[in-house]
Amino acid sequence: MARAMIKVPERLRRGEAFEIRTLIAHPMETGFRSKEGGGLVPRDIISRFVCRYNGEQVFAATLYPAITANPYIAFHTVATDSGVLEFSWTDDRGSTQTESVRIVVE
Amino acid sequence: MTDSRWACALRWAATACTALAAAGPTAQAGDPAQTALPAQWQTSVPGADRRSGFDFMQPATQAMQRDDVANPGMLSVADGERLWSLAVGDAGKACADCHGNARHSMRGVAVRLPAWDRRLERPTDLQQRINDCRASRQGAAPWPWEDARLLAVTAFVANQSRGMPITPDTDPRLEASRERGARLYRQRIGQLDFSCGDCHDSNAGRRLGGSVIPQAHPTGYPLYRLEWQALGSLQRRLRGCMTGVRAEPFGYGSTELVELELFLQWRARGMPLETPAVRP
Repeated sequence: MARAMIKVPERLRRGEAFEIRTLIAHPMETGFRSKEGGGLVPRDIISRFVCRYNGEQVFAATLYPAITANPYIAFHTVATDSGVLEFSWTDDRGSTQTESVRIVVE
Repeated sequence: MTDSRWACALRWAATACTALAAAGPTAQAGDPAQTALPAQWQTSVPGADRRSGFDFMQPATQAMQRDDVANPGMLSVADGERLWSLAVGDAGKACADCHGNARHSMRGVAVRLPAWDRRLERPTDLQQRINDCRASRQGAAPWPWEDARLLAVTAFVANQSRGMPITPDTDPRLEASRERGARLYRQRIGQLDFSCGDCHDSNAGRRLGGSVIPQAHPTGYPLYRLEWQALGSLQRRLRGCMTGVRAEPFGYGSTELVELELFLQWRARGMPLETPAVRP
């Protein structure tokens, strides 16, 4: 897989709800398109997205073929401690891309 | 139109546009187009009424373009930045080895192109320049048209000029090509017998099926089109319209497409560049 963009606030107050926004490059091939010369382009989509906050899962999503290429996923969580947000995207080929971001909670 | 009036108008536009940078265009960029067009290039969209395709979009799509984390075109810009400093070819050189930091060296480049190429002695657009550099300076194979890497480097270079007004090259050697582009724009083609102007001048702002017809100003290429689910070039867009009117499209990199690009750039002069734009 390829590039991902993640946006989280740099500094947070304890107990504050904050937004996490992610964008990842992926063709999200639905499996319904025909190839030139017949046959179908095999399905290849990101089927699972998980976000862990200091090891604990705080958000997860299962994706289906109707999701656009380069999926954008935004969600909220509550700032508890400084630490690491870890994001992982897994596609039909079984490859997983993992990115992490440090956050500071005061 | 004298050169000094032109320069004055552009300075005005540059000041106005810098303030708008990254915020998405609001069209009325100064307005060099107020100055008279050569009669043979007149089109029916008067200068002051020019609107970027951005202004015809739904607010949600506009928001997508404005926000760099939601704009999928920025993924390609990031790719292009990586390719910029990657050494390739027989010369083992990266773009950065000659051009240095693109933030400075490439600022203002994309708003000038297509322009006259001294070495090739013909007008070339940004993608052709990049591929020419690959072949002649890096000793690498040129990328095919619409290759994701070519689009990425093009988007990265053009992104350095985001917010700057489109400033056509005034080289007199371009005039014949630009005029041929203007003629192609008005030429009826295909089984539907439409010219570009039949939709984009005479019916801009109205609907074709469910879609609003924009004025066809190439202000954000290469851009991310939701229909394509990918980044694409102006040439891809032009070819798409040609297929739409049931005409055989000109080939990628053909003289005709570059001439059309030259004319469209002239028609959009002074409008701020939005690369990478998002369009429906």
